[in-house]
Amino acid sequence: MAIMKFAPTMLKQLFQKPVTTKYPMEPIQYPEGSRGHVVVEIQACVSCSLCAMSCPCGAIQVDRKEKTWTINRFDCVQCGYCVTVCPPKALSIVPGYQTPGEEKYSVTEQHIMTEEEKQKALEAEAKKQAAIKAAMEKKKAAEAAAKETK
Amino acid sequence: MGKRSVVPFGPQHPVLPEPVHLDLVIEDEKVIEAIPNIGFIHRGLEGLTEKRDFKQMTYVIERTCGICSFGHGMGYVETLEKMMNVEVPSRAKYLRTIWAEMARIHSHLLWLGLMADAFGFESLFYQAWRVRERVLDLQEMTTGGRIIFSVNQLGGVLRDIDSEQEKVILDTLKDVQKDIKTIADSFLMDYSVESRLKGVGILTKEQAHDLGCCGPFARASGLNYDMRKLGYEAYGELDFEPIISREGDSFARCECRINELYQSIDLIRQAFSKMPSGDIAVSVKGNPTGEYFNRIEQPRGEAIYYIKANGSKKLDRFRLRTPTFANLAGLCEMLKNCEYSDVGVLALTIDPCISCTER
Repeated sequence: MAIMKFAPTMLKQLFQKPVTTKYPMEPIQYPEGSRGHVVVEIQACVSCSLCAMSCPCGAIQVDRKEKTWTINRFDCVQCGYCVTVCPPKALSIVPGYQTPGEEKYSVTEQHIMTEEEKQKALEAEAKKQAAIKAAMEKKKAAEAAAKETK
Repeated sequence: MGKRSVVPFGPQHPVLPEPVHLDLVIEDEKVIEAIPNIGFIHRGLEGLTEKRDFKQMTYVIERTCGICSFGHGMGYVETLEKMMNVEVPSRAKYLRTIWAEMARIHSHLLWLGLMADAFGFESLFYQAWRVRERVLDLQEMTTGGRIIFSVNQLGGVLRDIDSEQEKVILDTLKDVQKDIKTIADSFLMDYSVESRLKGVGILTKEQAHDLGCCGPFARASGLNYDMRKLGYEAYGELDFEPIISREGDSFARCECRINELYQSIDLIRQAFSKMPSGDIAVSVKGNPTGEYFNRIEQPRGEAIYYIKANGSKKLDRFRLRTPTFANLAGLCEMLKNCEYSDVGVLALTIDPCISCTER
């Protein structure tokens, strides 16, 4: 009775609804923790470029001068290592996969400095310049002293 | 003696999804000898160890294989942990065990589907993959990735399974077990499947031992050889016995893998009941030095990891011997004196993963 063995399965198949979904009409439901793509909260980013150095496939570039954060979504493999190393926790990985494209393109985000940050940066720059100046003067003085002893 | 001729098989073949090339020496319809040839999908992942640091490599090693990806990641970090004498929290060990067993379930279901497709039973193929999809959903829910989990890190795991997720997993596994029972009946009790698999491609226990076969392929020939019995991660605290079949033919391999599905479900239940609470990771400082050799049981068999480190961020050498590499010798022995039309099915019975093998 080999025919009858599959009969219950066949009957069940006839009356159950399809296991697949009507994908483009019905959007996919991703679970909460799904690793889809990396997003950056750019105002929290300190441009330390640890993410760029830790990325196993080199998908992230950070410009420290311009304060930009660039990701090539087609190079990224969604491993989430950059998220674990980010010191200010500005990076996160959220559900939703990258849409396909005809060519590899990258997404750039720029950190816009607030007045306070600008002030801080200026102060830091001034401090740096002062330190350089002091060091140069010290060097000059040492050289002059060396000449005198000669 | 009839006329001998050589027929190439693969690397592209409708039955075999993996790029392995076999030169089959054929006399009439009988295969006299099979000469394997690999090297179509080499990606140089071992060589990447010279360019990436050892923590980045965790994510690279995981991508060696699509199906046993979790096992590779786990084997790699475990080797480093043993090398650096890191004590991993107990909860992390149990979590790794649970994910490893989930990976085994989805890998075996994938194989059952491919097998059904290979002998021309397409509705069984999609039934097996339908069940597999539910396991993949569980994996995405708990780790964030459907197949590549990326939850291993040096010193533990990155994500935890909370009690709500635990309930969902256990409930789903109950349904999955029921579904597997239906599929298993179709595989093991159907006349047409039996006629295609019984007595085909016999590998004796002695041959399996001498050729160094491993995994369900060797266990189906009667070898009691399961690396989980070494007790790595939480396997030492769980109660199980390796599943062994005696016959050593294709049907026995099928049976062995189906029984392993039940065993994996049971192991996940046991792990959940024994899992302690606590931390899931410890922080690890410093770089590894020395050499270490580690073995773990992948869904396809025993995988060997060898690491040589010099105290810097980049490893000197990393070597991965995959189960398929060990089983290829068994495959060539098994193909001798078989019918030409059985080659596709027989090549599948070792569960080949050539992409793993070539790294």
